[in-house]
Amino acid sequence: MTTTDGTVTDRVVPIKAIPVRHPGRWVAVAIMLLLAAMAVHSLIFNPAWKWGTFSEYLFTSVVFGGLVKTIWITAAAMAIGIVLGIVLAVMRMSPNPVVKTVAWLYIWFFRGTPVLVQVVFWAFLGQLYRYLSLGIPFGPQFIFFDVNDLIPVIAAAVLGLGLNEAAYMAEIVRSGILSVGKGQTEAAEALGMRRITLMRRVVLPQAMRIIVPPTGNEVISMLKTTSILVVIAVTELFTTVQNIYSHNFQQIPLLMVASVWYLAVTTVLSIGQFYLERHFGRGVAGSRQQRARRKLAVEGPS
Amino acid sequence: MTDIRDEILSTAAVVPMVLAEQVHKSFGHLEVLKGIDMSVMPGQVAVLLGPSGSGKTTFLRCINHLEKINGGRLSVDGVLVGYRQRGEKLYELRDREVAERRQQIGMVFQQFNLFPHMTALGNVMEAQVQVLRRSRSAAREKALSLLDRVGLADRAGYYPSQLSGGQQQRVAIARALAMDPKLMLFDEPTSALDPEMVGEVLDVMRDLANAGMTMVVVTHEIGFAREVADTVVFMDGGQVVESGAPRDVITNPQHRRTQDFLSKVL
Repeated sequence: MTTTDGTVTDRVVPIKAIPVRHPGRWVAVAIMLLLAAMAVHSLIFNPAWKWGTFSEYLFTSVVFGGLVKTIWITAAAMAIGIVLGIVLAVMRMSPNPVVKTVAWLYIWFFRGTPVLVQVVFWAFLGQLYRYLSLGIPFGPQFIFFDVNDLIPVIAAAVLGLGLNEAAYMAEIVRSGILSVGKGQTEAAEALGMRRITLMRRVVLPQAMRIIVPPTGNEVISMLKTTSILVVIAVTELFTTVQNIYSHNFQQIPLLMVASVWYLAVTTVLSIGQFYLERHFGRGVAGSRQQRARRKLAVEGPS
Repeated sequence: MTDIRDEILSTAAVVPMVLAEQVHKSFGHLEVLKGIDMSVMPGQVAVLLGPSGSGKTTFLRCINHLEKINGGRLSVDGVLVGYRQRGEKLYELRDREVAERRQQIGMVFQQFNLFPHMTALGNVMEAQVQVLRRSRSAAREKALSLLDRVGLADRAGYYPSQLSGGQQQRVAIARALAMDPKLMLFDEPTSALDPEMVGEVLDVMRDLANAGMTMVVVTHEIGFAREVADTVVFMDGGQVVESGAPRDVITNPQHRRTQDFLSKVL
């Protein structure tokens, strides 16, 4: 028998049933342990891993320099991607057919060509336009820029990755906006909210719940995509270790150095994503506040 | 002395809160409203009855311009809805102007449409702060007193998903009242509720009517209509079939279609 506050009274004899056995799980555990033991054995006893070399380079300042560059290129490219992505998403949902088509064409083009090609293209933009100038179209020009000075190779890297990312982010943001019911927009409109307020206060905060998980994916993917910048010689993490092993021929230990750092940053990002998801999940059934509230209701405030 | 007062009453106070003249509305080729005439005076409660598909919800949505009308004239408190008239020409209003006029009209939806990412308090404060630019403390004070008025003072910190349907709808009413509207629209406010929660929402609406709020209510609650309405409007097929005092329309319907409908729902 259960009382109204959910506790079981002592008059009821609890059920003591024999649980179902799961022999398959024990077999699986045995196989996994065996494979893990083989892997660890190889890591420890195969001298070709050269853990000495690995630890020698793991914390060197040159590797750190590459790591820092990787992180800020990722951050800058994602910043461009997210901001431009939101703009493109809103443009694609605009009632203005010209604006809508422009956004569609952008997404079509930047999703349709390889990011590697785009990055190299930006790096060699100087071949296409030696100078950029500000002035009247087809008329006199007032200020001239040398393209190779204006877009150093690092800017080409950030631009190439960011503009490409925007096309993907646009679709992610759009799916988030579409996930918010029409009733929400109408309720906000009925309260006299204007389009911008309504987007900022009602639609986007709810869309974020849908937008955050795939965006976390994109950030982690971007972190590793920066390694393609080796083709335009930007000294990010991978290019840095490559430069080192091209001199000392210790490829495997140095690839391990890079991998450990990529994994470390990915771990930090995943933790950040967890907290972001929790923040934007507030008010959703089963979220943290809900459980806390239920606990409070059952146990009373402590 | 009394003559002057009568004159003021007859000129100033007689502008209807809602005035519809031959309102037409089509979705594509489907004509949903086929010339609606209706007026609701300030302080009155009008209840729209009728079978589903009769156009009553569409008409209600036209009143705060959630739907654009295709023909006729519709005005709230003497001001055209959605348009500005200069001479013979009508000009569509800009989004900003539409939004400004909506501030004065409260709307309560069948599906509540509370903002799920805000607490009950946050829902009632939001438009006060973002639209009316009230200070957060003033908005909070007003919100708390309104939540108290709908009997939910102890639920201020709860998210909508933690509230029952009846409680959510009462928060939605408080949210609309926070804008100090001169007109309240209710779109089947109890249709999505479990039966035992209908009463608590109707009680709040009854209190509101007794306090003198002008209300247009689409509902299937005949009891509520009979008790609270000043005017009952029976609609069918996009037209007003008959309207008048509840004792006439509900108790003694003249029209065949009204009789049929009432015999099914009573």
